[in-house]
Amino acid sequence: MKPEDRAAELFARLRSGDRRALARAITWIENGAEEATALLRLVYPLTGRAHVVGITGPPGAGKSTLVDRLASEQRARGRTVAIVAVDPTSPFSGGAILGDRIRMQRTLTDPGVFMRSLAARGHLGGLSPATGEVVSVLDAFGFDVILVETVGTGQSEVEIMALAHTTCVVVVPGLGDEIQAIKAGILEIGDVFVCNKADRDGADRTVNEIEMMLDLGHMGQPGINRWPAEPAEGGGAQSPAAGAALPPGADAALRRLDRTGHHSAADLARAAGYMTRAAVHAAERHGTANPGDISWRPPVLKTVAKDGQGVEAVVDRLDEHLTFLRETGRWEARREKDAALRLQELVGQRAARATLDRARAAGDLELLVRQVAERRLDPYTAADEILRNHWGR
Amino acid sequence: MATAERKERFAGVSDRPVKRFYGPDDIAGFEYDRDLGDPGEYPFTRGVHPTMYRGKLWTMRQFAGFGTAEETNARFRYLLEQGQTGLSTAFDMPTLLGYDSDHPYANGEVGKLGVAIDSLRDFEILFDSIPLDKVSTSMTINPPASIMLAMYLVVAEKQGVAWDQVSGTIQNDILKDYIAQKTYIYPPGPSMRLITDVMAFCARNVPRWNTISISGYHIREAGATAAQELAFTLADGMAYVEAGIRAGLDVDEFAPRLSFFFDVHNDFFEEIAKFRAARRIWARVMRERFGARNPRSWMLRTHAQTAGVSLTAQQPENNIVRVALQALAAVLGGTQSLHTNSYDEALALPSEEAVRIALRTQQIIAEESGVANVVDPLAGSYYVEYLTNKLEEEAWDYFGKIEALGGVVAAIEKGWFQQQIADSAYRFQRRVMNGDYKVVGVNAYVDPDEKPATNILKVNPEVQRRQIERVREVRATRDQKAAEAALAELRRASQTDENLMPYIIECVRSYCTVGEICGAWRELWGEYREESVY
Amino acid sequence: MEAASGRRIRVLVAKLGLDAHDRGAKVVARAYRDAGFEVIYTGLYQRPEAVAAAAIQEDVDVVAVSSLAGAHGVLIPQLIQLLREQGVDDVLILAGGIIPEDEVPALLEAGVSRVFGPGSDLEEIIEYTRENVKR
Ligand code: B12
Ligand SMILES: Nc1nc2c(ncn2[C@@H]2O[C@H](COP(=O)(O)OP(=O)(O)OP(=O)(O)O)[C@@H](O)[C@H]2O)c(=O)[nH]1
Ligand SMILES: [Mg+2]
Repeated sequence: MKPEDRAAELFARLRSGDRRALARAITWIENGAEEATALLRLVYPLTGRAHVVGITGPPGAGKSTLVDRLASEQRARGRTVAIVAVDPTSPFSGGAILGDRIRMQRTLTDPGVFMRSLAARGHLGGLSPATGEVVSVLDAFGFDVILVETVGTGQSEVEIMALAHTTCVVVVPGLGDEIQAIKAGILEIGDVFVCNKADRDGADRTVNEIEMMLDLGHMGQPGINRWPAEPAEGGGAQSPAAGAALPPGADAALRRLDRTGHHSAADLARAAGYMTRAAVHAAERHGTANPGDISWRPPVLKTVAKDGQGVEAVVDRLDEHLTFLRETGRWEARREKDAALRLQELVGQRAARATLDRARAAGDLELLVRQVAERRLDPYTAADEILRNHWGR
Repeated sequence: MATAERKERFAGVSDRPVKRFYGPDDIAGFEYDRDLGDPGEYPFTRGVHPTMYRGKLWTMRQFAGFGTAEETNARFRYLLEQGQTGLSTAFDMPTLLGYDSDHPYANGEVGKLGVAIDSLRDFEILFDSIPLDKVSTSMTINPPASIMLAMYLVVAEKQGVAWDQVSGTIQNDILKDYIAQKTYIYPPGPSMRLITDVMAFCARNVPRWNTISISGYHIREAGATAAQELAFTLADGMAYVEAGIRAGLDVDEFAPRLSFFFDVHNDFFEEIAKFRAARRIWARVMRERFGARNPRSWMLRTHAQTAGVSLTAQQPENNIVRVALQALAAVLGGTQSLHTNSYDEALALPSEEAVRIALRTQQIIAEESGVANVVDPLAGSYYVEYLTNKLEEEAWDYFGKIEALGGVVAAIEKGWFQQQIADSAYRFQRRVMNGDYKVVGVNAYVDPDEKPATNILKVNPEVQRRQIERVREVRATRDQKAAEAALAELRRASQTDENLMPYIIECVRSYCTVGEICGAWRELWGEYREESVY
Repeated sequence: MEAASGRRIRVLVAKLGLDAHDRGAKVVARAYRDAGFEVIYTGLYQRPEAVAAAAIQEDVDVVAVSSLAGAHGVLIPQLIQLLREQGVDDVLILAGGIIPEDEVPALLEAGVSRVFGPGSDLEEIIEYTRENVKR
């Protein structure tokens, strides 16, 4: 059988709701099997329905435990749930112990839940290279909600923001020394913040710190804000405009920050930088408080995932964020943006591969590489040469 | 003069490097009175009793249990006839985890690894014709320990033996379960409460009962090194003392009834030193840190068991020799009681023949070797004293780490102990794999023509059916009203801070089952889930 | 699917029933990881249904059951039965731990490929697994 036929066969099984076929499809994608592309072609028209929720945050924050609870709660609301959890791969052996599943025992025999562990396989940035396509297959299979747990690197994880409709950032008390949180860069990407392990000391303080940061870029109440068409007397329209040097309120916030801890000038400078970016992001992703606008202010919630406390509220807010996306046209716009990005990415990858293949076949590649390595040629000129001779032929 | 040695690095089972020889410099500053003291004197390094085995031999206590209460009762009586001096009960997995034999989860596991106990009816059979005022009984069980104690007390009552006459031990050590054995049921809070309730109840009503056996055995067998075993066990011990004090008990009221349980592994001198170090640390901690005034509170009394994990399925007769050496170390280390493993350890539960040889091994050490004639004969050996100091030092390092993590329970919740142990277990396995550590019959002196062992104990597959019938009959024939009332009372009391022992006793008296009692607590307290680490 | 990342053997290391001996399971899991496999460990106290579900969802190449509590004769065949019922026929099934010689044939009959007893060499386990995965 040809790969296309095998793909078609698996696709038929997928459509009939065969979970083994789904599992196998994911394996193909992960392994870059030759059937995968054919399958993804078939799958594509069925995608674009699920609410994709990213769960990110530092290692051990309780992401998996929370995901398990979120899945139960989603099930209680009658939705089917897929879970994708990414774990790091050992840089030495290439092997991995994928440990998230063990924390997700609550729902794993429920036929309305499907969970898959992925190894990052050397990819940095919190996801595995295949995560996006894995999510597509799960989406096509018909899950209402897809929860994606990233590797807990604590580093900037913008990838998840690109993949998920709603990004939920999980932090824990204590860890959340204000400056620490900024460094982690995760504050910028959250649509919903969860301070988990609220059974520990310091949860309120962490919540306050995040709220304070959010103050810089956001107006209004947590969740959806519908700003009246006419500004109210003496308030309202002072929205942080995109590109502003420092958002309003930042001065005061920085001063507060300076007072709370023992932060170096460098830390404060970083904080200021963050604030600017946060304001820009907020305006783009979450809207402004301009008259007539609908904006989103990321709620900051407390949970004890271990015992399920606060989980309903998280799901409420995830739902509300989805409403926000739909009502403001962001859902649709996002589809378009994703399509453009995906296309761009694929064309880029394919063009590059085809061009390089031809250059290799002609023996040019090897030659040019050697010249560049020996500093006889610069890589820019070499690239031009390859494109001139082999691109698009 | 040839100075070449067989290997570059010499190290025993715990992988601590060993020098060619030890001398005065290795124990610089050694002071007899401070570091050792005579046997029976603080800090008890040389033993908790002045006469040690000249006064009374250690208790020979073989862990036993399988199938139904009838079968285990027969094994108990056999062992007593063979000269064993105490009983030790092994329970099956459903009992250890508080499920009745007819619970769906018990399927395939009833009576397999120990005796199946569902209700008082089983206990009546288990101790039939065994005089509870004459033998002491140890029961290796943890979350349901209070229930087993309650049953034991009711059986004693029925035999006409007063509670202050019965003696024995329940393991009742939940911390090591979270850490190593993994037979936990409830979260730490309620689990610790059950333990302190037993401590308080026994202090007042069953004065000869050891309310807890703080166990290093499982920690070691799960993979820990000797130093980790020592440190983690004593840290658990301190956590129980703190819990007792927090529960409002006076330290001298319960500390004399705390007992310990250590492993005896292959590295002969390290093991002897471990027992000595354990006694010295405990004495100091109890006196100095907890302010105990009763010398009995300072004494670390311990049971010991040879290292099951050191025994091989290959050439199983070799295990007889391993066990003999380990048992000798335990005796030289001054244990109060001892279980010697059977040579078929890595094959199945012990057969009668294997368990007899294991018991004879102890008897030979006791009667023929001469080591029981003298107390702590290795004192003053440079190597043994060095190792004793070294292990003590390593233990204190670990105590510091545990404290920094927020104490034992916090460290458990962070998976720290589990990680430490899994790391050591894997490191050891790799040493075996690459031949750095030799295991005779496994990676050295292998017999390629070895035949599979025969003659291993088989648990009668009928056990499950019979046991299910029995528990159903008990439920059908008991005074149902009384049973329900007792259980309701227990449920109510469990939500207060009353001592639960009297309520548990009422429950077992009215034939509530282990599964019913544990089930009620499961509902009230929830179940603990492990933070698995690898 | 553009960036090919190649194939990795995926193993589900499983504990079934009430058996809480996990030293061996963890050692074996680590050995697999260090040999470049992707390992999913079920944790303790798993019912056969949950292990079967995990094996299917994770699409593993190998299900490796560690059993030291004597319930292998009941629980392993149950697990295999559940897998078969759901059409799984290309998974290598291994068992290890305390399994008496005379009970091995019944397990092989039920679909276990090989039983690794105490003292098994980790390298041999890895090698056997590598050579016998079914796809
Ligand atoms: C260590 C141990 C314990 C420790 C467990 C610590 C832990 N967290 O794991 C402790 C002390 C807590 C313990 C307790 C009990 N134990 Co225990 N224990 C052992 C012991 C001594 C060694 C097992 C071990 O870990 N070996 C080291 C590891 C690395 O080896 P392994 O597991 O065999 O794994 C190797 C191979 O078998 C193989 N392998 C194993 N699994 C797998 C899986 C796959 C897929 C593959 C490929 C290979 C593989 O590869 C490994 C590397 O070589 C054995 C006897 C023995 N010598 O084997 C008894 C033994 C298993 N225990 C036994 C019993 C009865 C108990 C108890 C029930 C006693 C009781 N009634 O209270 C309790 C409770 C058990 C529980 N928690 O579930 C019995 C079981 C009898 C039976 N099956 O018929 C045994 C056989 C002892 C005996 N003869 O009585 N035990
Ligand atoms: N005290 C407390 N502990 C929690 C809570 N939620 C989770 N934990 C514990 O935190 C630890 C880590 O939980 P995980 O869910 O594995 O965290 P994670 O973020 O998925 O971890 P990685 O995937 O390894 O980055 C576990 O021991 C959990 O039991 C909580 O609300 N309170
Ligand atoms: Mg996780």
